[in-house]
Amino acid sequence: MTPAKKKSVRKKKATAKPTAKRKKAAPKKAAPKATRKSAPRTIATADSMARQQREISVSEFFTKNRHLLGFDSPTKALLTTIKEAVDNSLDACEEAGILPDLTVEIKLIAENRYKVIVQDNGPGIVREQIPRIFGKLLYGSKFHRLRQSRGQQGIGISAAGMYGQLTTGKPVEIESRINKRKPAQYFQLVIDTLKNEPVIKREREVEWDAAHGTRVSIELEGTYKRGKHGVEAYLRQTALANPHVDLTYQGPGEEPVHFERASKDLPEEALEIKPHPYGVEVGMLLRMMKETKSRQLKGFFQSEFSRVGPKAATSIIEGTGLQNTTSPRRVVPEKAELLVKNIRKTRIPAPPTDCLSPIGEERLLASLRQQIPGAGYYEAVTRPPSVYRGNPFQIEVGLAYGGGIAGDELTTLMRFANRVPLQYQQGACATFKAVMATNWRSYGIQQSRGALPTAPMTLMVHIASVWVPFTSESKEAVASYDEIIKEMKLALQESGRKLGRYIRRGQRERDEAKKRAYIEKYIPHIGIALQEILGLSEAQEKKVVDTLTDTLERSRKM
Amino acid sequence: MAKKKTTSKRTSTKKTTSRKKAAAPKGPPRKKTATRAKKVVTNTKVVRQIQAEASTVHQKILKKATPSMKFPIRSLANVIYKPAKGYFQMKGKKKERTLTVGTVKTFAQTLRMMAFSKELVETDDIATKREAYYVSKNWDDARFNEQPESDTVMEDVEALFGVNREQLGFIPEEKGGDVAGQLVVIDHDRETGEELRIDCTRFGSGAYSIPISVEGLRFETNAKFILAIETAGMFQRLVKHAYWRTAQCILISLGGVPTRACRRFIRRLADDKRLPVYVFVDGDPYGYSNIYRTLKVGSGNAAHMNEYFCVPQARFLGVTPDDIREYDLPTHPLKEVDIKRAKDAIKNDPFIQHHKQWEEALQKQIRLGVRVEQQALAKHGLNYVIDEYLPRKLANVKAFLP
Ligand SMILES: Nc1ncnc2c1ncn2[C@@H]1O[C@H](COP(=O)(O)OP(=O)(O)OP(=O)(O)O)[C@@H](O)[C@H]1O
Ligand SMILES: [Mg+2]
Repeated sequence: MTPAKKKSVRKKKATAKPTAKRKKAAPKKAAPKATRKSAPRTIATADSMARQQREISVSEFFTKNRHLLGFDSPTKALLTTIKEAVDNSLDACEEAGILPDLTVEIKLIAENRYKVIVQDNGPGIVREQIPRIFGKLLYGSKFHRLRQSRGQQGIGISAAGMYGQLTTGKPVEIESRINKRKPAQYFQLVIDTLKNEPVIKREREVEWDAAHGTRVSIELEGTYKRGKHGVEAYLRQTALANPHVDLTYQGPGEEPVHFERASKDLPEEALEIKPHPYGVEVGMLLRMMKETKSRQLKGFFQSEFSRVGPKAATSIIEGTGLQNTTSPRRVVPEKAELLVKNIRKTRIPAPPTDCLSPIGEERLLASLRQQIPGAGYYEAVTRPPSVYRGNPFQIEVGLAYGGGIAGDELTTLMRFANRVPLQYQQGACATFKAVMATNWRSYGIQQSRGALPTAPMTLMVHIASVWVPFTSESKEAVASYDEIIKEMKLALQESGRKLGRYIRRGQRERDEAKKRAYIEKYIPHIGIALQEILGLSEAQEKKVVDTLTDTLERSRKM
Repeated sequence: MAKKKTTSKRTSTKKTTSRKKAAAPKGPPRKKTATRAKKVVTNTKVVRQIQAEASTVHQKILKKATPSMKFPIRSLANVIYKPAKGYFQMKGKKKERTLTVGTVKTFAQTLRMMAFSKELVETDDIATKREAYYVSKNWDDARFNEQPESDTVMEDVEALFGVNREQLGFIPEEKGGDVAGQLVVIDHDRETGEELRIDCTRFGSGAYSIPISVEGLRFETNAKFILAIETAGMFQRLVKHAYWRTAQCILISLGGVPTRACRRFIRRLADDKRLPVYVFVDGDPYGYSNIYRTLKVGSGNAAHMNEYFCVPQARFLGVTPDDIREYDLPTHPLKEVDIKRAKDAIKNDPFIQHHKQWEEALQKQIRLGVRVEQQALAKHGLNYVIDEYLPRKLANVKAFLP
C-alpha cells in the first residue's frame, strides 16, 4: 500500500464515526433518507421476524403493484377498466355461440370521476358465481386451460373493480341474467383486500328486457382522453379485429357512436388443447403431477400432454432414475427438473394447430373496409399456424393504404392479441419490432431509421394464440420470441409485396399522366417551328400536332 | 466557305431581342410568318439546309413514324489529327436524336432554334448567343432556363449543318483578342464604305481589338513573325516596351483560350503574309492542351469548323517544362485538376498523342508536379523576358515544340 492510499482510508474511517453517532443519538428526528439507512438498528431475530411473516394477500399485493395490471395512470385506468369488461363480454358471447351486441357507456360523475357501464347479450353468470368473479382476484375459468381467449389470468375484471373501490370507495354493480326462466340478479360487491374475498353489499332481483346477458358498472377515478389513445379509438380497433361484433359507444357528453357488425359469422370455435411438453416448466410440471388422475408416470405424460405417445413418454422418463410406473405424485422437484431436461432432448411432434381461431383474410378485409373507409388499397394476410415453446399461434396482418388516409405521416400501427387491441408500450412489442425489421423501402415505401414507415397507411398485426406471451400482466405488449417475430415478418413481407405491386401500378399511372402532360406541352412547338420553317397552313400544322401526339402517346418509350 | 458569311455583309445593327409578336389566341406564343418587306436573302444554302431538315421531320411525322435528327458528336472522341491537314478533323460519328417523350423538349427547342435562325438569315439580321437565349423566353414552355442550354442547342444546329454560327445569324459576344505591332489592318467604314487603315503601331500603351468578324479585313505588314501571348499582363509588358519594334513582330493577346474570331484573324494574317506564329503561354497543362492546342488544331466541340479556325503554322515558344530548370523559375505545385487535365490529354487528345514530344512534356510536368507562370520570369528582373528569355528562345526556333 502506498502512503497516499493509507491516508485516504484513514480519512474515510474518521468521517464515518461521527455519522454513526449522530444517528444513534437522534434516530427519530432524522430525515427520511437517513432513517432508511439507520432503520435496521433494531436487530431482528428469527422470532421477531416470524411475527411479521404472514400471507400476503394477492389483492394487497396488486394494490401496491397496480402498474402491473395497467392501472398506473388515471387515463390508462379508465381504458383498462373498459377493456377488461369488453374482453370478458366478448369471450363469454363467443364461448356461448352468441353474436355479441355490446353497449359501452361512460358517465361523468364528478371531476375526474367516471362510471363505466358495459352490457352484453352473453350467456350471463350464475348467481352463486357472481361474487367470486367480481370480488376475488385470480378467480376465473380460463387460467387452467389452453384455449384461445382474450382473458387468461382470472384477474381482469376484479382488478378493475378493486381499482374503482380503492379510488372512490364505491362497490362494483353487476346485473346478470342467464335465461328467460330466471330473473336477473343485481349485486353490489366490494373486495376485502386483505382476505381477497368478496363482500356482498346488496343483492336483489331486477327487471330485464333481454333474456340473457351481463351488465357491469364500475365507478372510478380517471381521466377521459379523446384521440389516438382514447376509448373511442380503442373500441374502433376492437370492432376492426372483431367483425362479428356490434358495438355502441356513448362517451361522456358525446353523441353515441355505432360500430356496425361487418360479418355475421362467429369466429371459428377455438378448441381447448392440452399443453405441449416443450412449453412446460418445472413448477408447472410438479403442479400437473400433483393434480393428475394418472397413477403412472408414463400414462401421465401420454394423457396430460398433447402429442406424447408411448415412445416419447418412455424417452422422457429414461435416465432420470424414475420408472414408467412411478406414481406422478411421488416425483420430487429434483427429478422433475431431470424430466424437463429430458423433454427438451426428446423429439415430439408440434402441437395441433386447429385450436386457433384467426380472424381470417376475408373477414379482415371486410372489417378494414368498414372501419377504415376510403382507403385506396386493402390487404389481409393470415399465416398458417406455427408454434413457440409448445404453444400454437397464428399471425395475421391487415393494411389500408392511400386514398383518403393522410399522407406524409408515420404509419399507424394497430396491434392485436387474440383480437384485443393493445394500446400501450408499442416500442416493447414484438409487432412493432417486426414492422421495424421489415424492409419497407423495397415495396416503394419510405422509412427513416428507427421509425415506422412514412406512408398513408394503417397497419394491423394480430397474434392469435392459446397463450399469448405478454411482457407483463397488464397485457400491453407481446414478448419477442424468435418464432413469433419471424412469422410476423413473413406476414408483413407478404402484404408488403402485394402493396408494392399496387404502389408501382399507381406510379406507372402517374408516369403516364406526366408523360401525357409533357407531350402536350412541347408538341405544339414542333408544329410552330415546322410551320415557320416550311410555311405550313394552319390545318397542316394542326395535323402535325395531332399525328405526333398520337404517335408519341402510343409509344411506350420514355 | 467562310467567305460566304452573311454577317460581314450586314448593314444594320438591329437587335432581335424581344420582338414579341401578338400571341395566337390559343397555344404557345409564336411569331407571325416573317413577311418583312426588306427581305435580303443572303445565305440561301443554310436556309435550304434548314428547310430540308424540317421537311424530312415533317414527312416522318405524317407517316406516323417518330422523326429523328442526326447530330455529329461534338467531342475529342470524334476527331482525328492529320498533321498534313493541320487541324482536328471530324471522324463522322453521329448521335441520332429520335423524337420520344424524353427528347420531345430538346427536339422542339432545336426546331424552334432552326426556325429562328432561318428568320435571322432571311432578314439579314443577327443575334448574339445571349440574345437568342432571351428570344427563347417567348417560347413559353419551350424556353431555355439557362444560356448554356441554348448555347448547346445552337452548337448542335451548327454541327448538324456543318456551318459556323455566324452563318446561322448568331454571333458570339466575347472579345476577339488584342493586337499591337507592325501591322496595318485595312477595314471599311460601316456607313460610307470608305477604306480604313488601322496602324497597330499607333495605339500607344493600348491595342487594336480584333472584331467579331474578320473575313473582310486585309493586311499590310513587314513583321517577321506573330507572337501570340496568353495573359494580358505579359502582353502589356511587351507593348509598354514596344517589344514589337525590337523584334519586328506583331503581338497578339489571346486572353485565355482564343475565340474563334481571334483564331481566324491569326490564321488569315499568317496565311496572307506567310508569317510564322509563335505561342507564349503559362507553363501548365491548361496552357498546353487547351490554349495552344485549340489555337493550333481547333477543338473537339466545334470540330466541323476547325478547318477555318485553326492555325497549323503555330509553334510553341514557351514556357516549357524544361524552361523551369533552364531559367531557374519559381513554381507552384500542380493542382489536382491540372494533373487530371494532363493525364486526360495524354489519354484522349489526338494531337498530344500524335506528338511524342508533347506527350513527354506533359509526362515531365506531371513528374515535376509543378507549374510555372509566364510572369515568373520577372524573378530575374522585370525586363528579363525582353532582354534574355525571348531573344534566347527566338535564336533557336527549331527547338520549339510542335
Ligand atoms: N360478462 C361476462 N359474462 C360471462 N362470464 C363472465 C363475464 N365476465 C367475466 N366472466 C367470467 O368471469 C371470469 C373471471 O373474469 P376475469 O376478467 O377476472 O378473468 P379472465 O377473463 O379469466 O382473465 P384475465 O385476467 O386475463 O381477464 C371469466 O373467466 C369468466 O368465466
Ligand atoms: Mg377478463
